[in-house]
Amino acid sequence: MLRDITLGQYYQTDSVIHRLDPRVKLVSTILYIVSLFLFKNVTGYVIAALFLAVVIKLSKVPFKFMVKGMKAILFLLFLTVVFNLFLTPGEPLVRIWKLTITDKGLQTAVFMAFRLSFLIIGSSVMTLTTTPNHLTDGLEKLMGPLKKIRVPVHEISMMMSIALRFIPILLEETDKIMKAQIARGADFESGNLIKKAKALVPLLVPLFISAFRRANDLAMAMEARCYRGGEHRTKMKPLHYEKRDFAAYAVAISYVVAGTVISRMIPLPF
Amino acid sequence: MAILLNHVNYIYGAGTAMETAALKDITLQIPDGQFIGLIGHTGSGKSTLVQHLNGLIKPTSGEIYFNGRDIYEDDFDRKELRSKVGLVFQYPEHQLFEVDVFSDVCFGPKNLGLSRKEAELRAYTALKQVGIADEYFYQSPFDLSGGQKRRVAIAGVLAMKPDMLVLDEPTAGLDPKGRDEILDQIAKLREETGMTIVLVSHSMEDVAKYVERIIVMNKGSILYDDEPRAVFAHYKELEEVGLAAPQVTYIMNRLREKGYDVDVDAITVKEAAASILNAVK
Repeated sequence: MLRDITLGQYYQTDSVIHRLDPRVKLVSTILYIVSLFLFKNVTGYVIAALFLAVVIKLSKVPFKFMVKGMKAILFLLFLTVVFNLFLTPGEPLVRIWKLTITDKGLQTAVFMAFRLSFLIIGSSVMTLTTTPNHLTDGLEKLMGPLKKIRVPVHEISMMMSIALRFIPILLEETDKIMKAQIARGADFESGNLIKKAKALVPLLVPLFISAFRRANDLAMAMEARCYRGGEHRTKMKPLHYEKRDFAAYAVAISYVVAGTVISRMIPLPF
Repeated sequence: MAILLNHVNYIYGAGTAMETAALKDITLQIPDGQFIGLIGHTGSGKSTLVQHLNGLIKPTSGEIYFNGRDIYEDDFDRKELRSKVGLVFQYPEHQLFEVDVFSDVCFGPKNLGLSRKEAELRAYTALKQVGIADEYFYQSPFDLSGGQKRRVAIAGVLAMKPDMLVLDEPTAGLDPKGRDEILDQIAKLREETGMTIVLVSHSMEDVAKYVERIIVMNKGSILYDDEPRAVFAHYKELEEVGLAAPQVTYIMNRLREKGYDVDVDAITVKEAAASILNAVK
Protein backbone atom coordinates (compact mmCIF):
# COMPACT_ATOMS: atom_id res chain seq x y z
CA MET A 1 0.00 0.00 0.00
CA LEU A 2 2.95 2.31 0.50
CA ARG A 3 5.08 1.22 -2.39
CA ASP A 4 4.16 4.13 -4.65
CA ILE A 5 7.09 6.38 -3.82
CA THR A 6 9.67 6.20 -6.60
CA LEU A 7 12.10 8.81 -5.35
CA GLY A 8 15.27 7.01 -4.40
CA GLN A 9 14.09 3.75 -5.94
CA TYR A 10 16.41 2.04 -8.29
CA TYR A 11 15.12 0.27 -11.39
CA GLN A 12 17.30 -2.73 -12.10
CA THR A 13 18.27 -3.17 -15.73
CA ASP A 14 21.33 -2.83 -17.92
CA SER A 15 21.63 0.26 -20.10
CA VAL A 16 24.15 2.88 -21.24
CA ILE A 17 22.73 5.30 -18.70
CA HIS A 18 22.96 2.75 -15.89
CA ARG A 19 26.63 2.13 -16.60
CA LEU A 20 27.64 5.80 -16.50
CA ASP A 21 29.71 7.07 -13.61
CA PRO A 22 27.41 8.51 -10.92
CA ARG A 23 29.34 11.79 -11.02
CA VAL A 24 28.44 12.23 -14.67
CA LYS A 25 24.80 11.61 -13.92
CA LEU A 26 24.78 14.03 -10.98
CA VAL A 27 26.48 16.82 -12.92
CA SER A 28 24.35 16.21 -16.01
CA THR A 29 21.17 16.30 -13.95
CA ILE A 30 22.21 19.63 -12.47
CA LEU A 31 23.08 20.91 -15.96
CA TYR A 32 19.69 19.77 -17.21
CA ILE A 33 17.89 21.57 -14.39
CA VAL A 34 19.92 24.72 -15.08
CA SER A 35 19.04 24.46 -18.76
CA LEU A 36 15.35 24.39 -17.90
CA PHE A 37 15.74 27.80 -16.32
CA LEU A 38 17.93 29.16 -19.14
CA PHE A 39 15.49 28.25 -21.90
CA LYS A 40 12.80 30.87 -22.02
CA ASN A 41 10.70 29.99 -25.06
CA VAL A 42 8.92 27.11 -26.77
CA THR A 43 11.93 26.12 -28.87
CA GLY A 44 13.94 25.61 -25.69
CA TYR A 45 11.27 23.40 -24.14
CA VAL A 46 10.98 21.31 -27.29
CA ILE A 47 14.73 20.74 -27.18
CA ALA A 48 14.56 19.88 -23.45
CA ALA A 49 11.72 17.44 -24.08
CA LEU A 50 13.55 15.77 -26.94
CA PHE A 51 16.74 15.43 -24.89
CA LEU A 52 14.81 13.93 -21.99
CA ALA A 53 12.96 11.55 -24.29
CA VAL A 54 16.20 10.28 -25.80
CA VAL A 55 17.77 9.77 -22.35
CA ILE A 56 14.67 7.90 -21.10
CA LYS A 57 14.70 5.72 -24.19
CA LEU A 58 18.38 4.95 -23.64
CA SER A 59 17.83 4.17 -19.95
CA LYS A 60 15.39 1.33 -20.77
CA VAL A 61 13.29 2.26 -17.73
CA PRO A 62 9.55 2.07 -18.52
CA PHE A 63 8.06 5.56 -18.72
CA LYS A 64 5.37 4.79 -16.15
CA PHE A 65 8.03 4.62 -13.42
CA MET A 66 9.02 8.21 -14.16
CA VAL A 67 5.42 9.35 -13.99
CA LYS A 68 4.97 7.62 -10.63
CA GLY A 69 7.32 10.17 -9.07
CA MET A 70 5.08 12.92 -10.45
CA LYS A 71 2.16 11.87 -8.27
CA ALA A 72 3.90 13.19 -5.18
CA ILE A 73 4.23 16.71 -6.58
CA LEU A 74 0.88 16.85 -8.34
CA PHE A 75 -0.52 19.16 -5.69
CA LEU A 76 2.49 21.48 -5.82
CA LEU A 77 2.25 21.54 -9.60
CA PHE A 78 -1.42 22.42 -9.44
CA LEU A 79 -0.80 25.19 -6.93
CA THR A 80 2.00 26.73 -9.01
CA VAL A 81 -0.08 26.65 -12.17
CA VAL A 82 -3.10 28.23 -10.48
CA PHE A 83 -1.11 31.02 -8.85
CA ASN A 84 0.77 31.84 -12.03
CA LEU A 85 -2.38 31.68 -14.07
CA PHE A 86 -4.32 34.19 -12.01
CA LEU A 87 -1.71 36.43 -10.44
CA THR A 88 0.54 37.40 -13.34
CA PRO A 89 -0.20 40.92 -14.65
CA GLY A 90 -0.62 41.45 -18.43
CA GLU A 91 -3.26 41.66 -21.15
CA PRO A 92 -6.49 40.14 -19.77
CA LEU A 93 -7.80 37.16 -21.75
CA VAL A 94 -10.66 35.75 -19.70
CA ARG A 95 -12.41 37.17 -16.67
CA ILE A 96 -14.10 34.82 -14.18
CA TRP A 97 -15.76 36.70 -11.32
CA LYS A 98 -12.87 38.63 -9.71
CA LEU A 99 -10.13 36.50 -11.26
CA THR A 100 -8.43 37.40 -14.51
CA ILE A 101 -6.37 35.17 -16.73
CA THR A 102 -3.82 37.17 -18.69
CA ASP A 103 -1.81 36.22 -21.75
CA LYS A 104 1.39 36.45 -19.74
CA GLY A 105 -0.19 34.42 -16.93
CA LEU A 106 -1.22 31.63 -19.27
CA GLN A 107 2.26 31.50 -20.77
CA THR A 108 4.05 31.44 -17.40
CA ALA A 109 1.66 28.84 -16.03
CA VAL A 110 2.20 26.48 -18.95
CA PHE A 111 5.96 27.01 -18.89
CA MET A 112 6.04 26.44 -15.13
CA ALA A 113 4.09 23.20 -15.46
CA PHE A 114 6.50 21.88 -18.07
CA ARG A 115 9.54 23.12 -16.21
CA LEU A 116 8.50 21.39 -12.99
CA SER A 117 7.50 18.15 -14.71
CA PHE A 118 10.77 17.99 -16.65
CA LEU A 119 12.66 18.74 -13.47
CA ILE A 120 11.06 15.88 -11.56
CA ILE A 121 11.25 13.42 -14.43
CA GLY A 122 14.86 14.43 -15.11
CA SER A 123 15.91 13.77 -11.54
CA SER A 124 13.89 10.54 -11.49
CA VAL A 125 15.98 9.32 -14.42
CA MET A 126 19.04 9.78 -12.25
CA THR A 127 17.64 8.02 -9.18
CA LEU A 128 16.07 5.23 -11.23
CA THR A 129 19.31 4.42 -13.03
CA THR A 130 21.75 4.83 -10.13
CA THR A 131 21.83 2.73 -6.98
CA PRO A 132 21.71 4.82 -3.79
CA ASN A 133 25.19 3.61 -2.91
CA HIS A 134 26.61 4.76 -6.22
CA LEU A 135 24.85 8.06 -5.87
CA THR A 136 26.35 8.86 -2.49
CA ASP A 137 29.74 7.64 -3.71
CA GLY A 138 29.48 10.13 -6.53
CA LEU A 139 28.40 12.91 -4.20
CA GLU A 140 31.27 12.21 -1.85
CA LYS A 141 33.76 12.38 -4.70
CA LEU A 142 32.23 15.56 -6.09
CA MET A 143 32.23 17.28 -2.73
CA GLY A 144 35.78 16.09 -2.04
CA PRO A 145 37.36 19.56 -2.39
CA LEU A 146 35.13 20.79 0.45
CA LYS A 147 37.17 18.66 2.85
CA LYS A 148 39.81 21.37 2.74
CA ILE A 149 37.45 23.74 4.51
CA ARG A 150 36.65 21.07 7.10
CA VAL A 151 33.30 19.95 5.77
CA PRO A 152 32.82 16.34 6.97
CA VAL A 153 32.14 15.11 3.45
CA HIS A 154 32.54 11.42 4.19
CA GLU A 155 30.27 11.53 7.21
CA ILE A 156 27.59 13.41 5.28
CA SER A 157 27.62 10.92 2.45
CA MET A 158 27.61 8.01 4.90
CA MET A 159 24.56 9.44 6.64
CA MET A 160 22.89 9.96 3.29
CA SER A 161 23.49 6.42 2.13
CA ILE A 162 22.22 5.02 5.43
CA ALA A 163 19.13 7.22 5.24
CA LEU A 164 18.45 6.12 1.67
CA ARG A 165 19.02 2.50 2.57
CA PHE A 166 16.51 2.77 5.40
CA ILE A 167 13.66 4.13 3.28
CA PRO A 168 12.55 0.77 1.82
CA ILE A 169 13.18 -0.98 5.16
CA LEU A 170 11.00 1.44 7.07
CA LEU A 171 8.33 1.34 4.36
CA GLU A 172 8.19 -2.41 4.65
CA GLU A 173 8.07 -2.14 8.43
CA THR A 174 5.23 0.39 8.24
CA ASP A 175 3.32 -1.95 6.00
CA LYS A 176 3.82 -4.81 8.44
CA ILE A 177 2.83 -2.88 11.56
CA MET A 178 -0.16 -1.41 9.76
CA LYS A 179 -1.36 -4.88 8.85
CA ALA A 180 -0.77 -6.15 12.38
CA GLN A 181 -2.86 -3.31 13.83
CA ILE A 182 -5.57 -3.74 11.21
CA ALA A 183 -5.70 -7.38 12.27
CA ARG A 184 -6.43 -6.05 15.76
CA GLY A 185 -9.31 -3.99 14.45
CA ALA A 186 -7.48 -0.67 13.94
CA ASP A 187 -8.98 1.63 11.33
CA PHE A 188 -6.65 3.98 9.45
CA GLU A 189 -9.08 5.13 6.81
CA SER A 190 -12.40 6.36 8.18
CA GLY A 191 -13.19 9.24 10.55
CA ASN A 192 -12.32 12.92 10.57
CA LEU A 193 -8.85 14.43 10.68
CA ILE A 194 -8.46 14.26 14.47
CA LYS A 195 -9.63 10.66 14.56
CA LYS A 196 -7.27 9.77 11.73
CA ALA A 197 -4.35 11.46 13.48
CA LYS A 198 -5.15 9.57 16.68
CA ALA A 199 -5.32 6.31 14.77
CA LEU A 200 -1.69 6.82 13.75
CA VAL A 201 -0.39 6.42 17.32
CA PRO A 202 -0.49 2.59 17.21
CA LEU A 203 1.49 2.81 13.98
CA LEU A 204 4.01 5.53 14.83
CA VAL A 205 5.07 4.32 18.28
CA PRO A 206 6.15 0.85 17.10
CA LEU A 207 7.71 2.39 13.99
CA PHE A 208 9.87 4.78 16.00
CA ILE A 209 10.89 2.03 18.37
CA SER A 210 11.87 -0.18 15.49
CA ALA A 211 13.79 2.64 13.78
CA PHE A 212 15.78 3.25 16.95
CA ARG A 213 16.38 -0.47 17.42
CA ARG A 214 17.66 -0.75 13.87
CA ALA A 215 19.86 2.32 14.23
CA ASN A 216 21.28 0.88 17.40
CA ASP A 217 21.99 -2.49 15.81
CA LEU A 218 23.64 -0.85 12.84
CA ALA A 219 25.84 1.36 15.01
CA MET A 220 26.89 -1.72 16.97
CA ALA A 221 27.67 -3.66 13.80
CA MET A 222 29.70 -0.76 12.42
CA GLU A 223 31.66 -0.45 15.60
CA ALA A 224 32.28 -4.19 15.70
CA ARG A 225 33.96 -3.78 12.31
CA CYS A 226 36.02 -0.87 13.61
CA TYR A 227 34.38 1.79 11.48
CA ARG A 228 35.83 5.18 12.33
CA GLY A 229 34.90 7.60 9.60
CA GLY A 230 36.64 8.88 6.50
CA GLU A 231 40.32 9.13 7.50
CA HIS A 232 42.47 6.88 5.31
CA ARG A 233 39.47 4.88 4.26
CA THR A 234 39.78 3.24 0.86
CA LYS A 235 37.04 1.92 -1.37
CA MET A 236 36.57 -1.60 -2.65
CA LYS A 237 35.31 -0.25 -5.94
CA PRO A 238 36.78 3.24 -6.41
CA LEU A 239 35.10 5.40 -9.02
CA HIS A 240 37.05 6.16 -12.14
CA TYR A 241 36.07 7.76 -15.42
CA GLU A 242 35.91 5.82 -18.64
CA LYS A 243 35.70 7.04 -22.22
CA ARG A 244 31.91 6.92 -22.24
CA ASP A 245 31.78 9.19 -19.19
CA PHE A 246 33.74 11.92 -20.96
CA ALA A 247 31.50 11.48 -23.97
CA ALA A 248 28.46 11.89 -21.71
CA TYR A 249 29.91 15.09 -20.22
CA ALA A 250 30.42 16.40 -23.76
CA VAL A 251 26.85 15.54 -24.72
CA ALA A 252 25.42 17.21 -21.62
CA ILE A 253 27.44 20.39 -22.07
CA SER A 254 26.79 20.66 -25.79
CA TYR A 255 23.08 20.13 -25.07
CA VAL A 256 23.00 23.17 -22.77
CA VAL A 257 25.08 25.36 -25.09
CA ALA A 258 23.34 24.31 -28.28
CA GLY A 259 19.93 24.54 -26.64
CA THR A 260 20.59 28.05 -25.39
CA VAL A 261 21.93 29.24 -28.74
CA ILE A 262 19.25 27.62 -30.88
CA SER A 263 16.38 28.77 -28.69
CA ARG A 264 17.70 32.36 -28.87
CA MET A 265 18.16 32.21 -32.65
CA ILE A 266 14.95 30.50 -33.72
CA PRO A 267 12.22 31.50 -31.27
CA LEU A 268 8.93 29.81 -32.15
CA PRO A 269 6.05 32.28 -32.26
CA PHE A 270 4.25 32.15 -28.92
CA MET B 1 -17.97 -22.38 10.53
CA ALA B 2 -15.15 -22.88 8.12
CA ILE B 3 -12.83 -21.12 5.77
CA LEU B 4 -12.66 -22.18 2.18
CA LEU B 5 -10.06 -21.07 -0.34
CA ASN B 6 -11.01 -21.70 -3.94
CA HIS B 7 -8.22 -21.59 -6.55
CA VAL B 8 -6.50 -18.64 -4.90
CA ASN B 9 -3.61 -17.01 -6.77
CA TYR B 10 -1.54 -14.11 -5.58
CA ILE B 11 1.09 -12.19 -7.52
CA TYR B 12 3.48 -9.76 -5.85
CA GLY B 13 4.43 -6.58 -7.70
CA ALA B 14 2.11 -7.23 -10.63
CA GLY B 15 3.17 -5.22 -13.65
CA THR B 16 6.74 -4.53 -12.52
CA ALA B 17 10.05 -6.18 -13.26
CA MET B 18 9.92 -7.88 -9.85
CA GLU B 19 6.68 -9.75 -10.57
CA THR B 20 6.55 -13.05 -8.67
CA ALA B 21 3.76 -15.51 -8.03
CA ALA B 22 3.56 -15.97 -4.26
CA LEU B 23 0.58 -18.32 -4.29
CA LYS B 24 -0.34 -20.66 -7.09
CA ASP B 25 -3.81 -22.14 -7.29
CA ILE B 26 -4.38 -22.79 -3.60
CA THR B 27 -7.54 -24.72 -2.78
CA LEU B 28 -7.95 -25.41 0.88
CA GLN B 29 -10.59 -26.07 3.47
CA ILE B 30 -10.15 -25.29 7.14
CA PRO B 31 -13.00 -26.83 9.15
CA ASP B 32 -13.90 -25.78 12.67
CA GLY B 33 -11.81 -26.83 15.61
CA GLN B 34 -8.87 -28.29 13.74
CA PHE B 35 -5.30 -27.84 14.91
CA ILE B 36 -3.28 -27.32 11.75
CA GLY B 37 0.43 -26.93 11.13
CA LEU B 38 1.36 -24.91 8.06
CA ILE B 39 4.92 -25.75 7.14
CA GLY B 40 7.17 -24.37 4.47
CA HIS B 41 10.62 -23.13 3.73
CA THR B 42 11.33 -19.37 3.88
CA GLY B 43 9.61 -17.78 0.89
CA SER B 44 7.26 -20.69 0.27
CA GLY B 45 4.26 -18.38 0.58
CA LYS B 46 3.00 -19.41 4.01
CA SER B 47 2.92 -15.88 5.44
CA THR B 48 1.20 -14.62 2.32
CA LEU B 49 -1.35 -17.39 2.61
CA VAL B 50 -2.31 -16.62 6.21
CA GLN B 51 -2.79 -12.94 5.41
CA HIS B 52 -5.47 -13.99 2.95
CA LEU B 53 -7.43 -15.74 5.71
CA ASN B 54 -8.59 -12.49 7.33
CA GLY B 55 -8.74 -10.32 4.24
CA LEU B 56 -5.50 -8.36 4.72
CA ILE B 57 -4.37 -9.30 1.24
CA LYS B 58 -6.78 -9.60 -1.64
CA PRO B 59 -6.08 -12.54 -3.93
CA THR B 60 -5.18 -11.73 -7.54
CA SER B 61 -7.70 -14.37 -8.56
CA GLY B 62 -9.85 -16.95 -6.78
CA GLU B 63 -12.31 -16.66 -3.92
CA ILE B 64 -12.20 -16.97 -0.15
CA TYR B 65 -15.30 -18.02 1.74
CA PHE B 66 -15.92 -17.55 5.44
CA ASN B 67 -18.93 -19.55 6.66
CA GLY B 68 -20.17 -19.85 3.12
CA ARG B 69 -19.92 -16.17 2.26
CA ASP B 70 -17.40 -14.63 -0.13
CA ILE B 71 -15.36 -12.21 2.00
CA TYR B 72 -15.06 -9.79 -0.92
CA GLU B 73 -18.81 -9.41 -1.33
CA ASP B 74 -19.74 -5.74 -1.12
CA ASP B 75 -21.66 -5.89 2.14
CA PHE B 76 -19.31 -8.31 3.90
CA ASP B 77 -17.97 -6.86 7.16
CA ARG B 78 -14.24 -7.49 6.98
CA LYS B 79 -13.66 -5.80 10.31
CA GLU B 80 -15.79 -8.46 11.93
CA LEU B 81 -13.94 -11.12 9.97
CA ARG B 82 -10.68 -9.85 11.48
CA SER B 83 -12.11 -10.28 14.96
CA LYS B 84 -13.24 -13.82 14.12
CA VAL B 85 -9.96 -14.84 12.51
CA GLY B 86 -7.26 -13.62 14.89
CA LEU B 87 -3.93 -13.27 13.13
CA VAL B 88 -0.74 -13.07 15.18
CA PHE B 89 2.09 -11.80 12.99
CA GLN B 90 5.71 -12.82 13.09
CA TYR B 91 7.48 -10.98 15.92
CA PRO B 92 4.14 -9.70 17.23
CA GLU B 93 5.91 -7.86 20.06
CA HIS B 94 6.86 -5.23 17.46
CA GLN B 95 3.26 -4.06 17.37
CA LEU B 96 3.04 -3.13 21.08
CA PHE B 97 2.60 0.59 21.63
CA GLU B 98 0.60 1.41 24.76
CA VAL B 99 1.93 2.76 28.06
CA ASP B 100 1.12 -0.43 29.94
CA VAL B 101 0.47 -4.08 29.20
CA PHE B 102 -3.20 -3.97 30.12
CA SER B 103 -4.16 -1.04 27.90
CA ASP B 104 -2.31 -2.61 25.00
CA VAL B 105 -4.36 -5.78 25.25
CA CYS B 106 -7.52 -3.62 25.48
CA PHE B 107 -6.74 -2.07 22.09
CA GLY B 108 -8.29 -4.90 20.06
CA PRO B 109 -11.60 -5.26 21.95
CA LYS B 110 -11.99 -1.46 22.11
CA ASN B 111 -11.67 -1.31 18.33
CA LEU B 112 -14.59 -3.72 18.15
CA GLY B 113 -16.72 -1.06 19.81
CA LEU B 114 -17.17 -2.91 23.10
CA SER B 115 -17.83 -1.09 26.34
CA ARG B 116 -14.86 -0.32 28.53
CA LYS B 117 -15.92 -2.86 31.10
CA GLU B 118 -16.36 -5.65 28.55
CA ALA B 119 -13.03 -4.78 26.89
CA GLU B 120 -11.19 -4.89 30.21
CA LEU B 121 -12.82 -8.16 31.12
CA ARG B 122 -11.70 -9.70 27.86
CA ALA B 123 -8.20 -8.29 28.25
CA TYR B 124 -7.97 -9.80 31.71
CA THR B 125 -9.13 -13.21 30.50
CA ALA B 126 -6.75 -13.12 27.54
CA LEU B 127 -3.75 -12.20 29.68
CA LYS B 128 -4.62 -15.07 32.02
CA GLN B 129 -4.93 -17.43 29.07
CA VAL B 130 -1.36 -16.73 28.00
CA GLY B 131 -0.10 -16.95 31.57
CA ILE B 132 0.87 -13.36 32.35
CA ALA B 133 0.77 -12.70 36.10
CA ASP B 134 -1.15 -9.73 37.55
CA GLU B 135 2.00 -7.96 38.68
CA TYR B 136 2.97 -7.23 35.06
CA PHE B 137 -0.37 -5.67 34.07
CA TYR B 138 0.63 -2.09 34.73
CA GLN B 139 4.23 -2.28 33.59
CA SER B 140 5.37 -0.83 30.30
CA PRO B 141 5.29 -3.61 27.69
CA PHE B 142 8.79 -2.56 26.65
CA ASP B 143 10.22 -3.57 30.04
CA LEU B 144 9.20 -7.22 29.69
CA SER B 145 11.38 -10.07 28.47
CA GLY B 146 11.15 -11.24 24.86
CA GLY B 147 8.96 -14.24 25.63
CA GLN B 148 6.65 -12.19 27.85
CA LYS B 149 6.28 -9.47 25.24
CA ARG B 150 5.29 -12.06 22.71
CA ARG B 151 2.68 -13.55 25.02
CA VAL B 152 1.24 -10.10 25.69
CA ALA B 153 1.01 -9.52 21.93
CA ILE B 154 -0.77 -12.86 21.49
CA ALA B 155 -3.14 -11.87 24.29
CA GLY B 156 -3.86 -8.67 22.33
CA VAL B 157 -5.30 -10.81 19.55
CA LEU B 158 -6.98 -13.33 21.87
CA ALA B 159 -8.85 -10.50 23.60
CA MET B 160 -10.95 -10.10 20.47
CA LYS B 161 -12.29 -13.60 21.16
CA PRO B 162 -11.57 -15.03 17.72
CA ASP B 163 -13.05 -18.36 16.59
CA MET B 164 -9.83 -19.13 14.85
CA LEU B 165 -6.28 -18.23 15.79
CA VAL B 166 -3.54 -18.04 13.19
CA LEU B 167 0.02 -17.73 14.49
CA ASP B 168 2.81 -16.87 12.06
CA GLU B 169 6.04 -18.39 13.40
CA PRO B 170 5.19 -17.76 17.05
CA THR B 171 8.50 -19.24 18.20
CA ALA B 172 10.87 -17.31 15.91
CA GLY B 173 13.81 -15.88 17.82
CA LEU B 174 12.97 -17.51 21.14
CA ASP B 175 15.26 -19.81 23.09
CA PRO B 176 14.22 -23.49 23.50
CA LYS B 177 12.58 -22.81 26.85
CA GLY B 178 10.60 -19.83 25.55
CA ARG B 179 9.64 -21.87 22.50
CA ASP B 180 8.27 -24.78 24.54
CA GLU B 181 6.41 -22.40 26.83
CA ILE B 182 4.66 -20.67 23.96
CA LEU B 183 3.79 -23.93 22.18
CA ASP B 184 2.49 -25.57 25.37
CA GLN B 185 0.44 -22.47 26.07
CA ILE B 186 -1.11 -22.67 22.62
CA ALA B 187 -1.86 -26.37 23.04
CA LYS B 188 -3.48 -25.66 26.40
CA LEU B 189 -5.50 -22.82 24.93
CA ARG B 190 -6.80 -25.12 22.27
CA GLU B 191 -7.75 -27.75 24.83
CA GLU B 192 -9.67 -25.21 26.92
CA THR B 193 -11.46 -23.34 24.18
CA GLY B 194 -11.55 -25.79 21.27
CA MET B 195 -10.78 -22.99 18.82
CA THR B 196 -9.36 -23.59 15.37
CA ILE B 197 -5.63 -23.01 15.35
CA VAL B 198 -3.25 -22.63 12.44
CA LEU B 199 0.38 -22.77 13.44
CA VAL B 200 2.82 -21.53 10.84
CA SER B 201 6.35 -22.83 11.17
CA HIS B 202 9.34 -23.98 9.18
CA SER B 203 10.14 -26.69 11.67
CA MET B 204 8.36 -30.04 11.63
CA GLU B 205 9.88 -30.82 14.99
CA ASP B 206 7.98 -27.92 16.59
CA VAL B 207 4.54 -28.79 15.36
CA ALA B 208 4.73 -32.58 15.09
CA LYS B 209 3.54 -33.40 18.55
CA TYR B 210 0.69 -30.86 18.67
CA VAL B 211 -1.16 -30.73 15.38
CA GLU B 212 -3.62 -33.13 13.78
CA ARG B 213 -3.09 -32.00 10.21
CA ILE B 214 -0.05 -30.71 8.36
CA ILE B 215 -0.07 -28.59 5.22
CA VAL B 216 3.30 -28.41 3.51
CA MET B 217 3.91 -25.52 1.16
CA ASN B 218 6.60 -25.26 -1.47
CA LYS B 219 7.12 -22.39 -3.92
CA GLY B 220 3.59 -21.10 -3.50
CA SER B 221 1.79 -24.41 -3.92
CA ILE B 222 0.53 -27.02 -1.51
CA LEU B 223 2.82 -30.04 -1.60
CA TYR B 224 1.17 -32.24 1.03
CA ASP B 225 -1.99 -31.83 3.05
CA ASP B 226 -2.54 -34.77 5.36
CA GLU B 227 -2.23 -35.99 8.90
CA PRO B 228 1.30 -35.84 10.34
CA ARG B 229 2.13 -39.53 9.98
CA ALA B 230 1.25 -39.55 6.31
CA VAL B 231 3.24 -36.38 5.66
CA PHE B 232 6.34 -37.64 7.47
CA ALA B 233 6.26 -40.82 5.39
CA HIS B 234 7.46 -38.54 2.59
CA TYR B 235 10.56 -37.59 4.55
CA LYS B 236 12.84 -38.04 1.57
CA GLU B 237 10.79 -35.71 -0.62
CA LEU B 238 10.56 -33.21 2.23
CA GLU B 239 14.33 -33.00 2.33
CA GLU B 240 14.41 -32.15 -1.34
CA VAL B 241 12.38 -29.01 -0.67
CA GLY B 242 14.59 -27.96 2.23
CA LEU B 243 12.49 -29.34 5.07
CA ALA B 244 13.04 -32.25 7.38
CA ALA B 245 10.84 -34.74 9.19
CA PRO B 246 11.27 -35.03 12.97
CA GLN B 247 14.48 -36.80 13.98
CA VAL B 248 12.47 -39.72 15.33
CA THR B 249 11.23 -40.50 11.82
CA TYR B 250 14.81 -40.87 10.59
CA ILE B 251 15.83 -43.13 13.44
CA MET B 252 12.81 -45.38 13.01
CA ASN B 253 13.34 -45.68 9.28
CA ARG B 254 17.01 -46.54 9.74
CA LEU B 255 16.11 -49.17 12.31
CA ARG B 256 13.55 -50.63 9.92
CA GLU B 257 16.22 -50.81 7.19
CA LYS B 258 18.46 -52.71 9.58
CA GLY B 259 15.73 -55.25 10.05
CA TYR B 260 14.12 -54.24 13.32
CA ASP B 261 10.38 -54.46 13.36
CA VAL B 262 9.68 -50.92 14.61
CA ASP B 263 6.77 -48.62 13.91
CA VAL B 264 7.99 -45.98 11.40
CA ASP B 265 4.89 -43.87 12.01
CA ALA B 266 6.00 -42.90 15.52
CA ILE B 267 6.04 -39.12 15.95
CA THR B 268 7.01 -38.39 19.51
CA VAL B 269 10.08 -39.65 21.32
CA LYS B 270 7.77 -41.49 23.72
CA GLU B 271 6.03 -43.45 20.98
CA ALA B 272 9.37 -44.26 19.40
CA ALA B 273 10.83 -45.53 22.66
CA ALA B 274 7.84 -47.79 23.24
CA SER B 275 8.05 -49.16 19.73
CA ILE B 276 11.79 -49.82 19.95
CA LEU B 277 11.41 -51.59 23.31
CA ASN B 278 8.69 -53.71 21.78
CA ALA B 279 10.88 -54.63 18.83
CA VAL B 280 13.96 -55.69 20.82
CA LYS B 281 12.05 -57.58 23.46
